[in-house]
Amino acid sequence: MSILGKLSLESIPYHEPILVVTFSVVVALVLAIAFLVIRYNKLGVLWNDWLTSVDHKRLGVMYIVLALVMLIRGFSDAIMMRLQLALATNGDPGYLPPHHYDQIFTAHGTIMIIFMAMPFMIGLMNIVLPLQIGARDVAFPFLNNLSFWLTAGGAILINISLFVGEFAKTGWVAYPPLAGLKFSPDVGVDYYIWALQISGIGTTLTAVNFLATVFKMRAPGMKLMDMPIFTWTCTWANILIAASFPILTAVLAMLTLDRYLDFHFFTISGGGNPMMYINLFWAWGHPEVYILVLPAFGVFSEVLSTFTGKRLFGHKSMIYASGAIAVLGFIVWLHHFFTMGSSANVNAFFGMATMVIAVPTGLKLFNWIFTIYRGRLRITVPVLWSLGFMVTFTIGGMTGVLLAVPGADYVLHNSLFLIAHFHNTIIGGAVFGYLAGFAYWFPKAMGFHLNVKLGKAAFWCWLIGFFLAFMPLYVLGFLGMTRRLNHTNNPEWNIWLYIALVGAFVILAGIVFQLLQLYVSFRDRAQNLDTTGDPWNGHTLEWSTASPPQYYNFAETPVVSDIDAFTDMKEKGEAYVRKDSYAPIHMPKNTSSGIAIAGCITVMGFALIWHIWWLAALGLFGAFVSLIVRVYTTDVDYYVQPDEVARIENEHLDNVAKG
Amino acid sequence: MSTTHMNTHSAHDEHHDHEPAPYNVFGFWLYLMTDCLLFASVFATYAVLFMNTAGGVSGKDIFELDFVLVETAALLISSITYGFALLCAHNKNKGGTLAWLLVTFAMGVVFISMEIYEFHHLIVAGHGPQTSAFLTAFFTLVGTHGLHVTAGLIWMFIMMVEVAKTGLGGRTITRLSCLSLFWHFLDVIWICVFTVVYLMGKV
Amino acid sequence: MSNHSSEANSHGSVGSYVTGFVLSVILTAIPFWMVMTHAFDNETTYISIVALAIVQIFVHLKYFLHLNFSENGKLDTYSFLFALMIIVMVVALSVWIIYASNAMMM
Repeated sequence: MSILGKLSLESIPYHEPILVVTFSVVVALVLAIAFLVIRYNKLGVLWNDWLTSVDHKRLGVMYIVLALVMLIRGFSDAIMMRLQLALATNGDPGYLPPHHYDQIFTAHGTIMIIFMAMPFMIGLMNIVLPLQIGARDVAFPFLNNLSFWLTAGGAILINISLFVGEFAKTGWVAYPPLAGLKFSPDVGVDYYIWALQISGIGTTLTAVNFLATVFKMRAPGMKLMDMPIFTWTCTWANILIAASFPILTAVLAMLTLDRYLDFHFFTISGGGNPMMYINLFWAWGHPEVYILVLPAFGVFSEVLSTFTGKRLFGHKSMIYASGAIAVLGFIVWLHHFFTMGSSANVNAFFGMATMVIAVPTGLKLFNWIFTIYRGRLRITVPVLWSLGFMVTFTIGGMTGVLLAVPGADYVLHNSLFLIAHFHNTIIGGAVFGYLAGFAYWFPKAMGFHLNVKLGKAAFWCWLIGFFLAFMPLYVLGFLGMTRRLNHTNNPEWNIWLYIALVGAFVILAGIVFQLLQLYVSFRDRAQNLDTTGDPWNGHTLEWSTASPPQYYNFAETPVVSDIDAFTDMKEKGEAYVRKDSYAPIHMPKNTSSGIAIAGCITVMGFALIWHIWWLAALGLFGAFVSLIVRVYTTDVDYYVQPDEVARIENEHLDNVAKG
Repeated sequence: MSTTHMNTHSAHDEHHDHEPAPYNVFGFWLYLMTDCLLFASVFATYAVLFMNTAGGVSGKDIFELDFVLVETAALLISSITYGFALLCAHNKNKGGTLAWLLVTFAMGVVFISMEIYEFHHLIVAGHGPQTSAFLTAFFTLVGTHGLHVTAGLIWMFIMMVEVAKTGLGGRTITRLSCLSLFWHFLDVIWICVFTVVYLMGKV
Repeated sequence: MSNHSSEANSHGSVGSYVTGFVLSVILTAIPFWMVMTHAFDNETTYISIVALAIVQIFVHLKYFLHLNFSENGKLDTYSFLFALMIIVMVVALSVWIIYASNAMMM
């Protein structure tokens, strides 16, 4: 074996025109960004203030940037698939050969779940959660930076697979024996394994970090049950991450051992049991969908409560309902594989457990409706997303209950009905929620407003596009079309495939409007500054800070005596009080250790994918050394001096007074 | 092991400058809970696969309980000696801390050496992890625990150097407390291993 | 900070470590003895070793890991209990699922 393991010039797909064009575009974009950064002399700012930052707000912004980039990547995959399926009808092979098409649907699923939805959710959580509980930062700011870079490392690996070697052709679940060495001897599955493994460890550390934060760092007076609802739903999501991501780590490690060391966990020979992979995968995979959707529920609760000007209806019941969803989410995973043929009792148990989840979810829906009831709902962009969600998600939930019936599932499993269902819940539930949160907290994070017109246009394109793209898939499911087909030969299906393609283009318009919105809002930011820090008359503590918040968050730790802490302060006249003097603030210093450690781990992952053993050892060693260096660095903190705090606070209060 | 070290700066306790934050140990405990789930998955896999011997050996044929008993004894003794090390550390007794850590370290090395010997012995006898699903699951479960113990030993070595060089400051004690949790946690896992794998395999 | 006094209580004493150690030795010795001598029938042995292991785990949790329900310690204990609940669900249901499907293939 050569010094570069399996890697050779043959691994570069320079004979695939689509990939060459994509590669050129990516290179051009990277060069353009590099040029702009250097031209405007922002390299220092980028490195010192962003990439090495341990500030939860900046990490949150970087998570969301990562999510948006990966959204574009994942959506490109989606539109390529829709185009292929609309062209490859009546026996036509279309333009994407199966080996390429299979990589695309695998990459689409993996990217959208792991590298779009997760970073988006974690990004919102990073920006908002410490502010909502009145904390200066998370419990372990450096660890937070490391988690981000581990996530980014996974994302980098999955994107490298586009141009060096190939990605898995197994579907995003990578079931063995197909994902085993015998049927997938190439590097595709290895890319999948290491991209997920590395980012998954980052996610686990994030959960530990935020759980320690909410349990130990709440502002004085804030009881657990008084935490804002978004913080609570994120907390349940973090509990789920802490409880389920280790299962993913374990099952991926087992698949790794099967592939690298010829173990027999999931092989047919040697007595392995591939069903155990499926079982453990979904023991992670099902909680994962609640990890995605619970924080979105939190966003809707915040948005509806703020824009009706009322307290959230049933704050406590919302917390308990989220908890019920979180715990029940751990006893329903078999509904992803009813058809594996376990006993009737097993299927009945999991079917019923699944239907039970509809109860707390329905409760939430009623809570939102009662929150709106007799309120004065201001139809802003976040509210539009929330209303769109309530309609869309309800449909997705109902088709979910349908699929929870094992008998019906035997008919519908693996069909496009299923595809329609989970896009209906993940887009209509999670993504709409993140986009609502994006619009809601954008002024807080960036200090200026988003353009409303373009925001509304984006929403309507997304909503209409979603229905056009996915309702036909329900029909196609009933007509018997299975998922992951490369080309079809059934005239009855064609019209629905065409409609779905139109839907995909309407969603594309939505994404374009969003990018345009970002551009226009940034261009006109001078006219749209949020000077008060409280543009929506918010209820919770994040709105008591400036926009963007002071880097130390709070000059003095707020004292909380109500669920809607900031509303309470405003009513009592305790908000915006000028202090004569401030205490010095203890802050962590930025550090490049996170990049060093995660960078070494990513190199290790790449080396393992290509069997470059010496480089893998070097990567692991580098990560270890970087960690030790970090651990024994003592110069990790500093104090913000009182006059600096006073200057920043007075400037903010002057702005508030003007506004 | 990484979680413990990260944080010497907290947002809240500006009055206690370089004292480690009290929630470092809690954060590490949460990490250990995630590790529990990792082990639970491996145990579940073992429970599912242990009968699939593919015509090869089963646990009854290869486990030697007197050997396992000695391993267990080494680990158990290392637990109480680590406890003594931590007590010494809290009493600011540097010499005692180092001595007990050294004993603990030695016991850990005994355990790991025995495990490597057992693995080597099995592989040489033709019962390597590639032989059957049972052996795959066995090697992975016991090996995962062994890897954790090895990581614990490396960490303990680093801590001995730290204690010797810098004494017993607040930060060092916090780290020793986290390592204590890690070490005792591995004991709990080992109880499950010897019960589920070795004892139940031999009944 | 108020934690310091309570933290002092939570890391045990020589006495508590020795108690825990003696109990663990006993709880380890009995199951090994039961299995090595085959003194009882299989069912009794199975039930006993599992029961003793569970007791020993709780001994370790109390005397070595110092889990307790005090104001400062209860969060650790609750997080462990939650993890335990998830572990029981994941392991028990996994075993049930796979054994039931194995039975269907007999």
